[in-house]
Amino acid sequence: MNQFSWYEAKSLEDAVKQANTTLAEELYNPSGQAAIFKSGGIDVLDFIKEGLIRPKTLINIREISGMDQITHHRTDGLTIGANATLSEIEEHEAVGQHYPVLQMAVAHAATPQLRNMSTLGGNLAQRNRCWYFRSADHPCFRKNGDRCYARHVETGENEGHAIINNGSCVSVHASSIATALLALQAKVLVVNVRMEKKEVPVEDFFISPAEDVSRENTLQPGELITGIMIPAPATGTKSYYIKQGARESYDWSLADVAVVAEMKGKTCENIRIALGAAAPTPIRIYEAEAMLSNTTIDEAIALKVAEKCMEAARPLSKNGYKVPLFKSIIQRALLELV
Amino acid sequence: MDTRKEKFPFGIPGHNLGEIEREIPAGEPPAWPINDKLNVVGKRIHRIDARAKVTGEAKYTSDIQLPGMLYAKMLRSNVPHAAIKSIDTSLAENLPGVRAVHILMNDGDNGDSSYPEVKYVGQALAGVAADSLDIAQEAVSLIKVVYDLKPFVIDMDTAMLADAPRVFDAPMGEQRDGGDVGVVHDGSAGEGNVRGPSTTSFWGGPRGNLDQGFAEADVIVERTYLTQVHTHVPLETHGVVIDWKPEEMLVYASTQSTKGVRDELASYFGLPKSKVRVICDFMGGGFGAKHSAGTFGTMAATLSQKTGQPVWLMLDRKEEHLAEGNRPNSKHYLKIGAKKDGTLTAIQQRSHGTAGVALGAGVGRVAQILYECPNFATEQYDVLTHAGPGAAWRAPGNVQGAFGLEQAIDELAEQLKIDPLTLRSKIDKSEVRKVERIQGAEKFGWSQRKPAGSSPGPLKKGMGMAQSTWPRFVHLDSSVEVKIYKDGAVEVRSGVQDIGTGTKTILAQVVAEELGLKVSDITVRIGDTLFPDGPGSGGSVVTGSITPPARNAAYEVKMKLFEQVAKEWNTEASKLAVGDGMVYHMDDTSKKMSFKEALSSMRTGHISTIASRTDDYGGFQQPWGLAFGDLGSVQFAEVTVDTETGFVKVDRIVAAHSCGRPINIGQLESQINGGIIQGISYALYETRVMDNSTGHMMNANVDQYKMPYAMEIPEIESIIVEEYPALSSTDAYGIGEPANIATAAAVANAVYNAIGVRIFEIPITPASILNALNKVYE
Repeated sequence: MNQFSWYEAKSLEDAVKQANTTLAEELYNPSGQAAIFKSGGIDVLDFIKEGLIRPKTLINIREISGMDQITHHRTDGLTIGANATLSEIEEHEAVGQHYPVLQMAVAHAATPQLRNMSTLGGNLAQRNRCWYFRSADHPCFRKNGDRCYARHVETGENEGHAIINNGSCVSVHASSIATALLALQAKVLVVNVRMEKKEVPVEDFFISPAEDVSRENTLQPGELITGIMIPAPATGTKSYYIKQGARESYDWSLADVAVVAEMKGKTCENIRIALGAAAPTPIRIYEAEAMLSNTTIDEAIALKVAEKCMEAARPLSKNGYKVPLFKSIIQRALLELV
Repeated sequence: MDTRKEKFPFGIPGHNLGEIEREIPAGEPPAWPINDKLNVVGKRIHRIDARAKVTGEAKYTSDIQLPGMLYAKMLRSNVPHAAIKSIDTSLAENLPGVRAVHILMNDGDNGDSSYPEVKYVGQALAGVAADSLDIAQEAVSLIKVVYDLKPFVIDMDTAMLADAPRVFDAPMGEQRDGGDVGVVHDGSAGEGNVRGPSTTSFWGGPRGNLDQGFAEADVIVERTYLTQVHTHVPLETHGVVIDWKPEEMLVYASTQSTKGVRDELASYFGLPKSKVRVICDFMGGGFGAKHSAGTFGTMAATLSQKTGQPVWLMLDRKEEHLAEGNRPNSKHYLKIGAKKDGTLTAIQQRSHGTAGVALGAGVGRVAQILYECPNFATEQYDVLTHAGPGAAWRAPGNVQGAFGLEQAIDELAEQLKIDPLTLRSKIDKSEVRKVERIQGAEKFGWSQRKPAGSSPGPLKKGMGMAQSTWPRFVHLDSSVEVKIYKDGAVEVRSGVQDIGTGTKTILAQVVAEELGLKVSDITVRIGDTLFPDGPGSGGSVVTGSITPPARNAAYEVKMKLFEQVAKEWNTEASKLAVGDGMVYHMDDTSKKMSFKEALSSMRTGHISTIASRTDDYGGFQQPWGLAFGDLGSVQFAEVTVDTETGFVKVDRIVAAHSCGRPINIGQLESQINGGIIQGISYALYETRVMDNSTGHMMNANVDQYKMPYAMEIPEIESIIVEEYPALSSTDAYGIGEPANIATAAAVANAVYNAIGVRIFEIPITPASILNALNKVYE
C-alpha cells in the first residue's frame, strides 16, 4: 500500500475541516491529494491495499470523544454515535429489548473480531463488495469506467448482484445493518464542513447508481456521519430479521430482509418490509407493505406478500435463484411476527 | 543380503487377524506386536511441537529475519495472453530503497533472450528487492510493461473448439510436480488445446471388452459429472528466504520437500547439491502445490546473488490463488453397466479437465480399481486454457474421479433396488473397507436412512455414503539418522519436513518405542538438508517411507549399545532388552540399569546410525515403491437441505479409515478432520470464479473465495481400522490424501437422498439446489 500521513482529529470540527474529498470521489476522479476519514478502518484499508485509492492523508476520527455513545429514551428513541462499534450495539440492553431487528442484523454482520473493530458510521459508509468494483483491473461505471462487467449477459459473474433496479451498476449495498435501519425508519445524523447538522432518513441517505453512479450515499466532501437516530417503537411493535449468506459464519448477504410491524395479536396494523442485497441500495417494497395493512398474517398472505416483493425482480444471468430465496426469507420473517 | 524368517501379525484385529512369516533383512528388528501391546506407538501422544506452535515460538519461513535482509516482490501480468514489447524498470530502479530489479527472460542459451509470452493473469514477469516490503511493492507498481495483446480462452468448452486461441502451439514437455502422481501423458498427443488422452495408469491399461460388457448388463448408468477449479489456500503462502553466501546458498522454504527444493535450485544454478542447504522447520500447510522451488524461489536466489544480501520473498494471497497451483476442474463422463445382482459388467470413463497452462487434469484411477469389473477403459484429456497452472491437490484426480464414480454407483444401486451399502459389499473385494462399512454403518446409523426425498417439510434430511481408495506409495530414497549421546540424549535427524501432519511426533514415538523410552526423551531435528534425505510430503508417502528406517536406525543403535553393555555384564547382546527407560538382562533380574546410565558407559561420545527405506517385505507391486494393498476409506454424510432457500448444511460425517498400523491416533483424527473439512468445502463452497471477458480470477482472496468456517463444520466422528499388512518394520502408512477423497461424493449422495433430485455438479450452491428443484424464476 502507498505511504500516507495520519491525522489524529481532535474534534468533530477539526475532522471535517481536514477532509478534502470522499473515498467515492477519489475513486471516481483520483486527485492523489485525498484526505479522507477513517473510523474502524476496515473498508478504507481494503481500498488502499488493493491500490484502488492512494490517499495522502487519513483523518482518524476514531478517537473523537463522545462519538461512540448509545443513548436510549423511552419516548425520543435510540441514538447511536457513529463510532459505536457493532459489538457495543449488539450488546446494548436497550437495543436488544426495543429494537431486536437491529440487534439481529448487527449480530449477523461479519465476525466477532470484526464487530469489535467496525463502527456504525463505517458500516453505513462502506462501499459495495462487487468483485469487479473491488478490482483495480476492471474500470467499471463506479470508477469512471465505461461498463458494468457484472451485468454482461455472457461473461458477467453476477451470482451475488442485484435483481431489482439493476439497469446501471448492478452491485448491492454491503451493509446489512442498513436493511434493519431502513425498516426502523432511522435517520442518519450528518454534519458538514460548516458544522451544520442535518438528519437524513436512511431511505434518502443511499443513492442508487441510476441517480449517480459515482457514489452510494449523499455524503459530500467534508460531510461526516455522527450517528443515527431511531424513533421509539410504537406500542405492539414486533420485528424480525433474516440474512442468508453463502455461509452461516462470516459472510456477506446474498439476501436479507427486515420486517417491523405494529401488531395487535396476529393482526398487522402496519408494517415496513426492507430488503438488502436485492437492489443497489436497501429498499422498501411499499406495495407489499400495503397488502398487510390491518390484515391477519398467515402463511397464505405471507406468501402473497413475498411474491409481491419480488414482482419487480429482473434477475441477471446467474442470480435467478435469489428470487425464490427472497420469497422464502420474506415469508419466514413475516410468519415470525405472529 | 543376509535374511532371516520372522513372524508378523497379519490382518485386521477383530476380523481376520493372523500371523504371516516374512523373509526380512537380517539387520532389521523383530516384528512389533499389534498396537495393544505397545507403549508409545498407536497411542494419543500430544504433538511434541504443540507448545511452540500455540505460543508463537515456532518460526515459520515468513518469520525468518536475517541481518541485512531485503524484501522482494514480484511483478505479475494483469492480462491473460500477450507478447511483451517492452519492460521499463527505470522508475523502479531509481526509487530510494530499491536494491535490485530482475526481469525474467527466456533462456538465452539458444540465442533466444526474448521476454516470455504471457499466458495467464498472474504470471511472474519481474522481481524487485528493497529495504522494505512497502518499497518493493511500490517499485513493482512503477515498472511499465507494454503488451501486445492476443486473444485468449478461459472457458474449457470454448478452449476445445477448433478455432479457439491456442495456449501452446507446440507439444509440451512433461510437467510433473513432485507430489503429482496423476500425470500420465506428456502433452505431445492431441489437437489444439486438447491434449492426451491418457488411457493407462500404473495399474495397467484397458481391460476386457466394453461392448461385450455393456451387452451383458441389465442396467446401465450413463452420466456426466462436473467439478470446479479449486485453488490452494494453505494458511502460509508459498515463499522463501534465501541467503546466497559465497560458501553456500542457504534457503528457508515453506515446502513439502526440502530435498526437492535443494535439487531444483542446485540444478537451476549449476551448483553442487552440497552447496545448497534448505531448511523448513515449521510449515504452515501444503496440499500438493509446495514441492517446487518455484519461480519465486529462483527469483529470490537471483536477487540475493545480485545484492549479496538475504532476500525474503513470500507470496500474498492473491498471488497464491493466481499462480501457485490449483486442482483442475473435470467434465467426467461415466458409463457403468451391471447385472441384476449388482455384478459390474463394464465401466467406460472419459474426462476433460483444465489445469490452465499446465497438464495433470486427469480424474485418477478410482474407477479403474475400486471395484471388480472385467471390462474397463478410460480416456482422460487435458485442455489447455489461459489460466494459472494446476498442481497436485490432495489426492490428485481421485477426488474428481470419486465424485463421479461414487454417485454413479449410488444411482446404480437405486436402479437395481439394492441398498447402496449392500451393493458395495457385493462389488468391493477389500477386507478393510468391508470392516469400515460395518463399523461405519453402525456408528452412523445407516439403518435409519429413508427413501430419497421422503423427509417431510421444507427442511429435508438425507444420508449418503461413498468410498475411496488410494495407493500405498513408498518413497525409497528416505533416510533417518538416530544418534545417542553419552549424556543420555537421543536425537533423530532427517531432511524430511513436517508440513503440519505430525511427522516430528511420530518419529519420536517410533524411536521411543524401540528404545523403551518416553517421547519426551527424544529430540527430533528434521526439515534440513544437512541431515539424511527424507521423502517429499506428497502421495501420503511420508509415514510409510520414513518410520521404518527410523525404527531400523534406532534398532541398530540399540544393538550397538547392547554389545557394549553385554561386554560389561559378561553376557550376550541378544540377551538384553529395553523398557521403561531401563536396559536389562532378560534372564537375570540383577542385571539392570537405566538407559541413561548405559549410555554414560559408551566408549565414544555418541553412537549413530543412518538407515534408509528398504523394500517392502515380500516386495512391491511396482519396484519403484507401489506397495501391495491400498488405503481404503468409507465415509458417511448426513445433510439438511432447505428446499426453499436452497441451502445445504452438512450435519454429520462418520469416516472410517485405515492406514496400516496407526502411530498417533490424535494426529490421525486431526488429518481426517482436515480432509473432511476440505471435502465439504469442495462439495459446497470453494470455486475459482473467472471472468471470461478479461481472464481475471474475481475471487482471489479469502473473502469471496468461500471456505467453511466454524458454523459450517459438522460433527465428525472417525473410526480408525488397524490393519497389519506385514510389509515393513512399522507397517504404518499416511492418511493425508485418503481423508479427502470420498467426502464430496458422500455429501452429494446425501443431498440426493434428502431431496430426491441428483446434483451432478459441485459446488452444490443454493442456486444449484433451487435450479434442480425447478424453483428458479427465469
